[in-house]
Amino acid sequence: MSNLIYNEMIKMIRKKRLLVITLILIVLIPIFTYAQYKMLQNTIKNVGSSNWRTILQQQIVDQQNRLASSRVPEEYKHLIKLNIQQRQYYLDHNINPNAPGAPTFVRGFVEQGISLFLPLLVIILAADIVSSEHSLGTIKLLLTRPVPRWKILLSKYIALLLNISFVMILTILLCYLISGIIFGYKGWTFPVISGFQSKGEELITDYVHVLPQWKYILMAYGLAWFICIVIGTLSFMVSVLMKNTASSMGVMLAALISGNLLEQVAHSWPALKYSAFTHLRLTDYLAGNTSLIPGMSLPFSLTVLSAWAIVSLVIAFATFTRQDVLT
Amino acid sequence: MKQGNAVLSVDKLSKTIGKRKVVDNVSFHIDQGEIFGFLGPNGAGKTTTIRMLVGLIRPTSGQIRIGGYDLQSQYLQAIRQVGCIVENPECYPYLTGRENLELFTRMVDTIPTERIDEVIEFVELDQRIDDPVKTYSLGMKQRLGIAQALLGNPQLLILDEPTNGLDPAGIRELRSFIRKLADEKGISVFISSHILHEIQLLCDRVAIIHEGRVLTTERVKQLVNRPTFVEWHLDPIEKGKDVFEQLSYISHLDIQADQGKVLVQMPPDKIAATNQHLVENQIQIMRIHPHQMTLEDIFLQITGSDTIV
Repeated sequence: MSNLIYNEMIKMIRKKRLLVITLILIVLIPIFTYAQYKMLQNTIKNVGSSNWRTILQQQIVDQQNRLASSRVPEEYKHLIKLNIQQRQYYLDHNINPNAPGAPTFVRGFVEQGISLFLPLLVIILAADIVSSEHSLGTIKLLLTRPVPRWKILLSKYIALLLNISFVMILTILLCYLISGIIFGYKGWTFPVISGFQSKGEELITDYVHVLPQWKYILMAYGLAWFICIVIGTLSFMVSVLMKNTASSMGVMLAALISGNLLEQVAHSWPALKYSAFTHLRLTDYLAGNTSLIPGMSLPFSLTVLSAWAIVSLVIAFATFTRQDVLT
Repeated sequence: MKQGNAVLSVDKLSKTIGKRKVVDNVSFHIDQGEIFGFLGPNGAGKTTTIRMLVGLIRPTSGQIRIGGYDLQSQYLQAIRQVGCIVENPECYPYLTGRENLELFTRMVDTIPTERIDEVIEFVELDQRIDDPVKTYSLGMKQRLGIAQALLGNPQLLILDEPTNGLDPAGIRELRSFIRKLADEKGISVFISSHILHEIQLLCDRVAIIHEGRVLTTERVKQLVNRPTFVEWHLDPIEKGKDVFEQLSYISHLDIQADQGKVLVQMPPDKIAATNQHLVENQIQIMRIHPHQMTLEDIFLQITGSDTIV
């Protein structure tokens, strides 16, 4: 079995998939770092102070002004109210939610990237893992060896999991190293608040606790890793079902993007909470950002995502071990 | 659990895809060291049969035994006896030839790494083995394909249309490889083709498949001795006609006096005797031209119709 996984890793590396992903990260992270820096400069200029307390206070005032506007929809007003309470909590406890530093950037990157960017990288890895064997015709060589089919598929899946884990670690490392050039490399022990909950318009702070930033980052990347594995598993199934790499990538991209878009309307269409693609922003539970969909919680999201992953795996294995290879 | 002496035995094999019976009740067997041809036009069910033989497609009914092992119930033991190239000789283009072979060697515990060098030497690919496969010519890919098929020391080699896309030199080279394998290593070889001539040059026995059914299985010698058309350019024509009419083995006679020739249908091994007979009757023979028998001719004879497309 380890030999089979080794083979799959060789294919992955020699297909230059990992290289492409590393290059994407190396190009995009400096851009995001610079954008972040520009945004910070802008806020300082607008508020006229670089003191974070002043900035935070100004943001609260801005949001209260938005609340007064009649054009803001009801469900957004609800979110804004909770957001104000959260910011106030940070002020009251004298904790800067965005203390500058590379670790803060690492945290911000996963919070922003968990729903689209990281899953996208995973799709690049997973979408052709089986379908490319079909399009190259090498599937005939793989499946005529004295190796049971489920072992071949399992070795591919394990190789995919290893690759996903590698990409996660690579993301943390590159984010830290590149953004540190501008923001400095300190900040692993900055305090971060987690555990906000909401009940109606009330922010519940009973479960709120302060953690060092490194612990928070670890939890956030743990959740991102879970999301990536779920997306990877779904792509893996699509790759088994579709024998064409372009269409398997297309299906996954369409699902991912429409999931991101549909999340915005999910408050008026609650059935969407059973779709895997509306649960991608898992780090929101850590940060205490209230979801638009009522009745969502971290355990619920994890259950829905796990269910999708397990069903996908069952379908992938059942199909692969039975299907006739006609092409 | 081993049964029977045939390296491959196929019994009443059928496959239905959708509503179409692609392979219908096919039976044949291959003995040790035998080169067996599987002859039929494109779309006759050759590739589907081959895919069933190597476990890529599940038969609708029927049984396949390889080296005595049942392919359905003892898949791993059965498939261990087989090396194959199904359709095109595909390998990973982004790896080198050697890396491809290493990859396939790792998949089977019982293959020692020294085996890689043995097969490379056998297919004479030592010069280019460390180049990426995407730089290979089709002939070299074909040889790499044979190398990977031989890795597991198979008893049975299955080649699907192996000469497709090869130039004449490549085809000759391939033929000598296959002969060498059968003669020196005692490997049985199963070859599919739609070209009669190819099978004729290489195979010991042949099965002819048409529309999913095996029409006949016979020795190649027998097959090429089926009556064929022979053109006799002679003088005088009328006298020649009389002589031909007396011969019992001549089944069809067509006088083309304006061109000075007679077209007859007869077994090719009777040409010499016929020639002698004509000479004895003081007939001058300018030219004897046996028509190359084609797959179409055989179909015509066997089915009595011209349904071949």
